[in-house]
Amino acid sequence: MTIIAKKPASLTDLPMHYCPGCGHGIVHRLMGETFDELKIADRVIGVAPVGCAVFADSYFACDMVQGAHGRGPAIATGIKRSKPEAIVFSYQGDGDLASIGMAEIVHAAVRSENITVIFINNAIYGMTGGQMAPTTLVGQVATTAPKGRDPKLQGWPINMCEMLAQITGAKYLERVAVDSPQHVMLAKKAIKKAFENQLNGVGFSMVEVLSQCPTNWYASVPQALEFVRTKMMPQYPLGVFKDEGGK
Amino acid sequence: MTEKTLRKGNEALAEGAIRAGARFFAGYPITPQNEVPEYMSAYMADAGGAFVQAESEVAAINMVYGAASTGTRSMTSSSSPGISLKQEGITYLASADLPCLIVNVMRGGPGLGSISGSQGDYFQATRGGGNGDYHVIVLAPNSVEELGNFPKLGFELAEKYRMPCMILADGILGQMMESMSFNFDPVDPNKLGKFDWAVDIHKNGRKKNNVFSYKGDNLIADVVERAKRYGYIEKTEPRWEEREAEDCDVLLVAYGLSSRACLEAVNKAKEEGLKVGLFRPITLWPFPSKRLAELAAKAKGVLSVEQSLGQLVQDVKLAINGKTPVYLNAYPAGGQPDGNSILTAVRSILNGGKEGLFDLQEHAAGFGFECKRDTSLGMQGDLKGGK
Repeated sequence: MTIIAKKPASLTDLPMHYCPGCGHGIVHRLMGETFDELKIADRVIGVAPVGCAVFADSYFACDMVQGAHGRGPAIATGIKRSKPEAIVFSYQGDGDLASIGMAEIVHAAVRSENITVIFINNAIYGMTGGQMAPTTLVGQVATTAPKGRDPKLQGWPINMCEMLAQITGAKYLERVAVDSPQHVMLAKKAIKKAFENQLNGVGFSMVEVLSQCPTNWYASVPQALEFVRTKMMPQYPLGVFKDEGGK
Repeated sequence: MTEKTLRKGNEALAEGAIRAGARFFAGYPITPQNEVPEYMSAYMADAGGAFVQAESEVAAINMVYGAASTGTRSMTSSSSPGISLKQEGITYLASADLPCLIVNVMRGGPGLGSISGSQGDYFQATRGGGNGDYHVIVLAPNSVEELGNFPKLGFELAEKYRMPCMILADGILGQMMESMSFNFDPVDPNKLGKFDWAVDIHKNGRKKNNVFSYKGDNLIADVVERAKRYGYIEKTEPRWEEREAEDCDVLLVAYGLSSRACLEAVNKAKEEGLKVGLFRPITLWPFPSKRLAELAAKAKGVLSVEQSLGQLVQDVKLAINGKTPVYLNAYPAGGQPDGNSILTAVRSILNGGKEGLFDLQEHAAGFGFECKRDTSLGMQGDLKGGK
């Protein structure tokens, strides 16, 4: 018997706690595959966020630091500046990165910290139970926007890739999705590139992943995947927003 | 040991930290500590370390969280309002058992307050400041010499007990110049061993290391385990200085800059034939309670001299536990004690007077306003404005 598919060595054996249909597990796997393929597992130091991925420090087989909400890019800065040979990533959700951690992500890009940021955008606060995120779509119902997001009261969704693209120090920005096998393959390519950039000393690289949250969207998994395609992608178009990484 | 040189407090501290092996510094501008990040920006890179001017105090302390996770001697400095912002990171550092050095060059508060030197952050430093049950070790220098030499002690204590250490200085100490020398040889951090808990580049096969703050179901065990460490520190690490303290009628208790004014008072008192001594806590946490209680038992009164509104005096009272009367001589919000004003309070204790002794209840008699809503000014719901 030949093994043709297996769990990446860069992930631990611990069963993940994520809800059925959630995108986090897919992204973890793509990152684990990347570490295996680039043979960097012994050099990777990851920063786990506050939120659904707070336990990511147990899922990645590399050394991990779990820090405060929104501060991942600052923590990653401290690690990278202290251990420049390490491959450092910050893994963050949308409330984390685009709300409470807005200053930290912007200034990590301004300084062009040579780190990799994986940004999971599911347009909702997941762990806390479905509150409105800065990325929540107009009209989307959340527990703190029971009538749907109203721009007159809550403004409009924020597009992080487009915004960070204005910053000289941001060197690679791509938005991907994990709603279909084709998109998962493209997401893998982007994630791998974001880590290769760090190996090549390119500077600040971020991959934004549109991810589904069936639980807090009150949707079945097929409905959630459909929501990503028909509602999220028009607001958050997939593509490369900046690529100064060469190769 | 170096020759004596004239140095500014903040610069002595920064140089002392680099000599002590600090190789990561993140900070944000705030008066009166700006010489610390300025010095670091000029000399840290030459020492082989990293200096980052952070986007905020919050980011700076979290950069320290990251750097400390790698086992690097890491530090930040700020002044009172900036230290308030750092409390998020400090409680995370305490919960993740990370050693680091935090410097507070105190200024007047609350709020934006003033840029004058003050001791108003005693509670914040010794009671935690951030959320949850935790302590940081707090060192209180009273000279430029100590400012320059305490970073090494601070890193050593922080690493020994895997917890943050704070140097609590103040604006005057930071800004003044004095002759000082470093009493230790420069530390080469590359020759310090690694920690088995730190995140780092490592050989395949080593167990993965996690530095984390979310403890979930293990939190109770985690906090109780840490309490053992705190108890041991309270027993073994208190540091203090005594002057004429064995046989005195009035024992002054003061830390940092106000202890210098107390020393002036002790000397003047001697000329007048008064028996006044000084007890100076050097560690504010752990507070040297045991020794203070021993000395206080022999005195008629104990006077807390502090540039705050009755903060240090609470630890003094806890230590003495009612066995000797405790009084307060307070200079809050940037006020400065001097030998004469302290002696006035000492005489009041000896003669049963009130001058120089601060009593909050007597102050209450002076309270003279009552805040009321006034409907004659208009109503809140009146969109056209009131009178």
